[in-house]
Order: sequence, then C-alpha cells, then structure tokens
Amino acid sequence: MTSSIFGKKISRRSTLKGLGAAATGIVAGPGFVRYAQAQSSAPIKIGFQAHRTGIGAAYGRWYEKTTNAAIKAINDAGGINGRMVEVIVEDDGTDPGRGAEIVGKFATQYKVDVAYGTLFSHVVIGSAPVAGEMKLPYFVVSEGHHVASTKLNRYVFQPGITDVKSQIQAMAPWISAYAGKKVTQIFPDFAFGYDHRDYLPPALKAQGADVIAQIAIPPTESSFTKYFPQIPADTDVIYHVMVGPAVLTFVKELGEFYGGSGPKLFGFIDSLEAVDINSPGLEFLNGSHFWEGAPRYAQDNDTDAMKAYRAAVGIDENGASVDDPKDVSTAAHMFGCWETLYVIKKAMENADYKGPEDRGKLVEATEALTEFAEGPEHPQGPKTFNGKIHQCFGIQNISVVEDGKLKVVHKTTIEDGLYEPEGDYTTQPL
Amino acid sequence: MTGRDGKAIALHGGVIAALFALNFVLPEYHHGVLARVLVLAVFAMGYNLLFGYAGLLSLGHAMFFAAGLYGAGLPMYHFGWGVLAAFLSGLSAATILAFVIGMLALRTKGVAFMIVTMMFAQVGYLLVYYFGSWTRGDEGLVIQQHARAIEIGATTLDLTEPTTRYMTALFLFSVVLLVTFALVRSSFGRVLIAIRENEERTRMLGYDTFANKLVAMVASGAICGAAGAAYLILFGYVGSTFASIQYSILPLLWVLLGGASTTLGPLVGTVLMFYLIDGSGDLLKTYAPGWNISHLGIVGAALIILVLFFPKGILGTIRDRWARWLP
Repeated sequence: MTSSIFGKKISRRSTLKGLGAAATGIVAGPGFVRYAQAQSSAPIKIGFQAHRTGIGAAYGRWYEKTTNAAIKAINDAGGINGRMVEVIVEDDGTDPGRGAEIVGKFATQYKVDVAYGTLFSHVVIGSAPVAGEMKLPYFVVSEGHHVASTKLNRYVFQPGITDVKSQIQAMAPWISAYAGKKVTQIFPDFAFGYDHRDYLPPALKAQGADVIAQIAIPPTESSFTKYFPQIPADTDVIYHVMVGPAVLTFVKELGEFYGGSGPKLFGFIDSLEAVDINSPGLEFLNGSHFWEGAPRYAQDNDTDAMKAYRAAVGIDENGASVDDPKDVSTAAHMFGCWETLYVIKKAMENADYKGPEDRGKLVEATEALTEFAEGPEHPQGPKTFNGKIHQCFGIQNISVVEDGKLKVVHKTTIEDGLYEPEGDYTTQPL
Repeated sequence: MTGRDGKAIALHGGVIAALFALNFVLPEYHHGVLARVLVLAVFAMGYNLLFGYAGLLSLGHAMFFAAGLYGAGLPMYHFGWGVLAAFLSGLSAATILAFVIGMLALRTKGVAFMIVTMMFAQVGYLLVYYFGSWTRGDEGLVIQQHARAIEIGATTLDLTEPTTRYMTALFLFSVVLLVTFALVRSSFGRVLIAIRENEERTRMLGYDTFANKLVAMVASGAICGAAGAAYLILFGYVGSTFASIQYSILPLLWVLLGGASTTLGPLVGTVLMFYLIDGSGDLLKTYAPGWNISHLGIVGAALIILVLFFPKGILGTIRDRWARWLP
C-alpha cells in the first residue's frame, strides 16, 4: 500500500526505513544519549551545603577544601560504582532558613543523589525536615548530638564524626584521673553549650569527679571578666567551650584574671579552630589541654593514612595551609568530610546505587554499616557505626599545648564514648 | 463601585487566580519555593500594614513572627497539640504580644519607635535562649512530619504534601490579602494614611490616633504571627534565628522593594528578593568566583540601591507613573 504526501510516493518499506532511521537519529542525538547514559556513566551528584559565609565561614572554607581533596581522590580511583562524582556547592550563609531552601533546591532543581556537608547544628536541624520530606539522604558533618538523639528523621546521617555527647563522655575518665575532681564549666548559653552542660556532669560523676559550678555566658557577651569571680576557689579544672569571635577575648581575660596561676584548663578545640594557637593573648594556654577530633599538628606517630590525608588536603605540619602558614585549618573537625564521603561511597557500592530511585536502598545500606577500619578512607582512626541512630563513634584525642604546639597525650577508646541509644530511626518508614 | 474599584478587585482576584493556576504548571523546585514565599509574603503584608499605611517603621517585627512560630511550635513539640490548635495558639501569642508592645512602644515616635521596637525584639530573641531548655535556643526544634497533618473525619490532610502545602499557603495568603485590601480601603485605612501623612492634623480632626495606631499594630502583629505559625506548621522548624534582627530587617526590605503602602507590594518584593538571593549564588560563582559574598550582602546592596534610586519600590513607582488606582 502506498500513499502520497506532497506528491511523493511513500511505501510501507520506505516508511519503516524512515522510522528506523529516525529512531536511530533520536538515540544518537545528544539529549537521548544523555538519558541512555544516565544510569551508567552520568556523574553522581552530591549537593554540598556549605557555610561559605556567616559565622561558620572559617569551618566552611576548610570543609570545602577537604571535600574537594576527597572527591579528587575518589574520582582518581574510578569514582563510585564506575561513575565520576560531581559536587554542587551552595552557600547557606550558616542560616537555617536558607539552609532548608538549599536542601529543597538540591532535591528538586539539581536533583542530586545525596545532600552533604553541613556543620552548624541549627542549619542541620532547620534543613532536616526538608530532607525527610523530599526523601533525600542527608549526610552531615556536624558533631552535634541532634542526629543520634533520633529527633530528626530517617534520611539524616552522621557517619564521619563522633557526636558531642560521646566526645564529652570519652573525656571524663582522663579529666578525672589526670586533671582534677572538681570541675567548673564555662560554656556559651546556647545549644552547643547545653550539650556540654547536660552531658559532662553525669559522665564525670561516673568517674568519681564532680561539676561544682556551671557558668553560662550569654551569646551577645563580649567581655567576660565579670563572670570569673563566680568560679569557686576550690576548682581543680576549668572546662571551657567558648566559641565564636569573642573566644580570643575570653581566653585573654581568663589569663589576666588568674595571672599565670589558678586551676588547670581543659577545653574543646572548637574554641580555637582556625585560630593560631600562638596568637597574642593565648600565651597562658601553655600547659593546658584540649580535645581534638583529629590532631591539628602532625604527630610523631602519625599513620601513613593520616600523612596521605594531610598531604591531599594541603595542610603542613602545623595544621595550616601549605600555601599560607597563617591560614590555620579546622583539623579537629574537617576529617569528617573526608570520611563521610567515603562512607557515602561505601554505602552506594553496597546498595548498587543507580540513581535517585535507589535512595531508599541507600538509606538501608548505610544503616547496615557497622565498622570503618582505620586507613586511607578513615585516617582519623577506626569507628563503629550504629545504624539505628545513624551515628558513628570513634577515638578522641587529648592534646597539651607545649612549645606553641598541640601534642597528643592521650587517645580514648571507642568504648569510652559509647552510650545507650535513645531511639531507633529504622522503625520509621522510608 | 467605581471603575477604579473594579480594576483593583479584578487585579487582586486575578493575582489569586494566577497563583492558583501556578500550582499546576510550576516545576517542582519553584512550586516549593513559592509555597515558602507566600507565607513570607504574609509576614511582609503584616509589616506593610504598619509601616506602609500607618507610617510606623518598626525594627522589631521578628518578635511577632517568632511569637507565631514559638506560640505554635512549643505546644506542638512539648504537648502534642494538633495543627489547628497550634495555629490559633501562635496567632493568639502574636496578637497579645502586639497589643502589649503597642501599648508601650506607641508612646514613642520616629527614631525612638524604631529603637524601642528593636529593643523589645532583642528581649524576645534573648528570651528564646533564656528558656533554652524549652526552646533549644539556636538549635531549635523540629516538628515531625506525621504531626503536621489535619484529621478531618476519616481523611488526613498531610500539610507536608507539596500541593496541599502550596494550597494551604495560598489560602492563608489570599485571606490576608483580601483582609488587607478591605482594611486599607475602609475608613480605618484612610485614617491610618492620614496619620502617616500628618498625625497632628488627624488628631485635630478628632481622631484618636493612638487607638488607631494600636489597632494597626495589633492587626500587623496578628498577621505576622499567622505567618509564623503557618511557617512552623508547613515547614516544621523553629529556631532563634527567626527571632533575630535579620528577620526584622527582611520584611522591611521586601516591602520597600515591592512598594510600601501597596497591597501587592509585599508579594512582589518577597518573590523578587528570593530569586535575587537564589540566583545571585550562581551569578557570583560564574562571574566572581573569588568573592565570598553572602546572600546578606546581596540583601544589603539591594537595600542601598532601593533607597537611593527607587524609594517607592516597584509597585509604588508603577502607581505614581501609570496606575493611580493601585491600592
């Protein structure tokens, strides 16, 4: 049977030939190629919610450097499931409102495979509902207890850095044994401080020590001397966790108040991340102790994995940028980015992850993880992972300030930081 | 009804109809964005009632938005209240707060009023920290997805479902837009404009300007509180950031951009500012990769340009030049 269009005769054979050619053309066309390859070689997209600006900017910059280094290492080694990894960075201004909008943007505009990288707790908590509603796996590097508290949702994970409740608990045996039995806490009167306020006293109690005073400093405070007379005279150890721009003033005024004598000092390095320990006014910190997630300064017994990690990220033996010795890193936390990306890789490989339709499988595969061995993928040390509370637990470092450097004097065990789970995310529907 | 009235009514009806239609055509991302923007536009409309029409420049409206957020969020989180009860709680909290603050702050004028409202808002912000064991301070609280639903008989209205959320936001926006539209065209609205233009003369004409300003303050606070309560219910998070000075400046900026004392200006300003911030990230990344400018930097630059070149905002300029009938 033939028909005529514009005077040209078309046979069934020529029609089929034409359809065949058209189909071939469509398949060969750029749009279709992209679609056909979407499952095989299109990059895996990770939405990086970065604190490029706002109060978290110093951390954010180093989180970004670490992320870029890890992604380069992963891609150089063949990517994830044979696919390259692409990172899409959006600045959240360290603001929870904007953070939530950005996670929504990752899910619905960029259509990323996972969202990742958030540090500040209020941004994590503000963004978590969107991740849950959009069913977008959201891997944070925040150290807050919010994930492990099981108050968020099934799509939020923290597999690359130990949470602060565990960190505090792990510090207690050493403080009690080596620093003193009577502890006064000074902490910022906001949520980061509340974790220390709430979790340190029972942890110390279990070790036979006591918190004898808790001094909360309002978030708007810029001078601290007036709070120091509240420190009881029989204090053995001052436990301080001030953060933010006022920390240098805090440390300087505390030093001037005691004039070189006074109780021992124990702090979380959060106070001085990205700050040179040899800055003017910090001299009196000499001899005091700090918690560090990963050591800022290169240590004599660093593993090859730790050395390789530091070289890849680009930090020198003082924990500053190899390009600028004054640019001090956030070494105690940023390793969490490196390790989280390798956890994402591992979970995607275990789930045989193909694309967003496999997000549920990815969540289950992540929950099924239990241990991360120390090595190039986990240079900070070995970790266990509790899939029910979506939280990892690792070793912690206690360092002393000596000759203008931080030297690790004690490493805790994973068991020091373990606590009873407060819930179970796996009971929530996917 | 005059031709002027007809045009205004048609315009407002048309905007609501267009927003309704957008639900069916917008891509997923912009659909989600507009739901959020509609709620924030309600916040801006509340601000506009006091600033645009009554001429009272408050620098503390974050406290009313936050009163709505916390008024709804705290009972939902701690006592398991339902959505409707929580919304009414947030609305009531903001309304009562606006009455109390109005009674005190309206004794001042001009710069003093700005400072007093800012100080009260700062007190509100610090109270969030003071009651940190309830509010969790800056970290804030998450309202779980399953709690953000309304049971109607055997049916459950899931307010986290995108279309339901959009329609709920549009419903609130439409109600507030129509209420604002009616208010500003009423004799009360005209008294507010008279107060803005010349308070002494208005008083001389026999109007109780304090009472009228107080009603405007309470209505403004209530609308902002409704926006806060809706934000909490629809998006599931409350934290101290929403009580900070930043959230007092933002509605001012949205209103200035869209056009103060225009009923639709707050919507225009909120939409444009959102996309300005959202798009600026990509533009900066492409054309100025080394500049670490935050979205607040964009907000600040927009504010300076506005004050210098477009003091009446977009719809204010359109009204001046081409459409005198715009309410």
